[in-house]
Amino acid sequence: MRRWLAGGWLLLLLSVPLWMHDQYMLHILIVTGIFIIAAMSLNLLLGYTGQLSLGHVAFFGIGAYTSALVSLGFEIEIIGYPVIHEPWPELAGFAIGTAVAGLCGYAVGRLSFKVRGAYFVIVTISFAEVMRLVALNWVELTQGPAALTNISPLKLAFPGIGSFTFWSKTSNYYLVLGSALLAYGIIKRLVESRIGRAMIALKENEPLALSLGIDVTRYLVLAAVVSAALAGAAGSLYAHYIRIIDPNIFLFIYTVTMVIMVITGGKGTLAGPIVGGFIFGFLPVVVRSFVGPELQWILYGALMILIVFVLPEGIVPAVQTWIATRAPRRGRDSDALADPSS
Amino acid sequence: MMGAPGRLPTLEVEHIVVRFDGLLAIADLNFTVEEGEIVGLIGPNGAGKTTAFNVITGFLRPTEGRVLYRGTPLRGLKPHQIAGLGLVRTFQRTSVFQTRTVFDNVLTALHRRGHTTVWDALLRLPRGNAEERRLREQARELLQLVGLERHAGERAGALPYGDQRLLGVALALAAQPSMLLLDEPVSGMNATETARFMKLLADIRRLGTTILLVEHHMPMVMGVSERVIVLNYGRIIAEGTPAAIQNDPEVIRAYLGQKAKHA
Repeated sequence: MRRWLAGGWLLLLLSVPLWMHDQYMLHILIVTGIFIIAAMSLNLLLGYTGQLSLGHVAFFGIGAYTSALVSLGFEIEIIGYPVIHEPWPELAGFAIGTAVAGLCGYAVGRLSFKVRGAYFVIVTISFAEVMRLVALNWVELTQGPAALTNISPLKLAFPGIGSFTFWSKTSNYYLVLGSALLAYGIIKRLVESRIGRAMIALKENEPLALSLGIDVTRYLVLAAVVSAALAGAAGSLYAHYIRIIDPNIFLFIYTVTMVIMVITGGKGTLAGPIVGGFIFGFLPVVVRSFVGPELQWILYGALMILIVFVLPEGIVPAVQTWIATRAPRRGRDSDALADPSS
Repeated sequence: MMGAPGRLPTLEVEHIVVRFDGLLAIADLNFTVEEGEIVGLIGPNGAGKTTAFNVITGFLRPTEGRVLYRGTPLRGLKPHQIAGLGLVRTFQRTSVFQTRTVFDNVLTALHRRGHTTVWDALLRLPRGNAEERRLREQARELLQLVGLERHAGERAGALPYGDQRLLGVALALAAQPSMLLLDEPVSGMNATETARFMKLLADIRRLGTTILLVEHHMPMVMGVSERVIVLNYGRIIAEGTPAAIQNDPEVIRAYLGQKAKHA
């Protein structure tokens, strides 16, 4: 039943460019998809290890800037020495952007074991803000408020055959869809394994996890690295799709958007960020066609409050509970004992 | 090594002192537990029993003294590393992964028996799959051992209190302890549950596991322990066989002074 549902969803998503000829809607879908990847990455940290990072957009921005700079090239001076980087292929930018974001995730993951709770939240907000100030003021490297422009779209090169450049909306749509499926697969396999169980153990009961010999530091850092790298990859996709990025990419509102997507959809569930992402990615656009911009954001806020108020656990867990209470009792017992692949 | 034939000291607690801002929680704790032995640690509330557990398992650093497990000094080791040596504890209050199913609780606790790496998990390599099947099989066996197999699919937090305590023990056993530290395992259990737990304890002992038991339920401690250590105000006031302890004037005084019903 679940498999059919997932298959139907996939077919629907795959077929979108065939019947959706409105380029603007396709654009919204692509950007929403990129944000869903970022929200899924945040969910790994927030929903599975229980650590709230309110600077998640920093990894997104770092991925975007690194990827753009690697593919654009730059010429700067560090303590009197010129550093010149010739433009590299976009795919190298994507890989390096992802890796650099992952490294930053490593640093933040280590840090979160020194500072916990509210202090960690403040440190992560500050981290994103410092990144924004660096992007704003290191004009030589980032062009500051003038933004990095003319970022080239991603290009796949097949030696001996030719190359494919992601110019069109349709190709970018499939690129983002493919990336989102990959990110989903990575997160799903991780959280459903021994490694994911260790992460959840940290969230649920840290002293118990420790007493059972689970090195919680290790798994928290691992989650932070994977989460940051995926956010960085999403940022890189964003940079090469929008083709212009400025320091506002590090704004707090983007982190808040990701957090809203995760919380309303249901943190700690695989489908949560996707459901929340679609709702809050599309809502502003859909509402905009009916009402003015002032009312649009009021409605956005009202819906968010309504969801959190009525379904504090999020939409997906609420639906799961609803289905579980309707299902016969014996079904649940055998579910738990069956293989995970079923 | 030691002179005692057949049995070697597994746990050596040497002159432990714990001070919290001037409050002396443990004055001078000095005892050993031998391989395969079952020792009861008793004493009135606030005597320092749980503090001693926290020191032994690395959750609390002692002000002075040291603990050795199978000859390895534990100073500086983190709780998960000490658990890795086979010294595993349970907690006084119920301690399970509340929102997960009973089965997933045990599967999580089997962590130390697995080796799956990130790549095994991401690529679903056959090695990882085989391990996963093995762990699931072991989780079912452990649930059978503690008698919770019928509740496998239920949320751990929704179990009755006594069952949650049993699950806590199953989790500790999943970590493959060579020595188990049980902190008041039957507190809050009714008579039936306590009897069931004592039977489980006998099963665990048959596996050769050494046990250190903190408990207020005197019939149980005296019934299962080979040796009993009595703590009061952070020091040992008596040590011996259950029979000897029950007639020790100092022990009776310590208990009668506070809680007569326990003596």
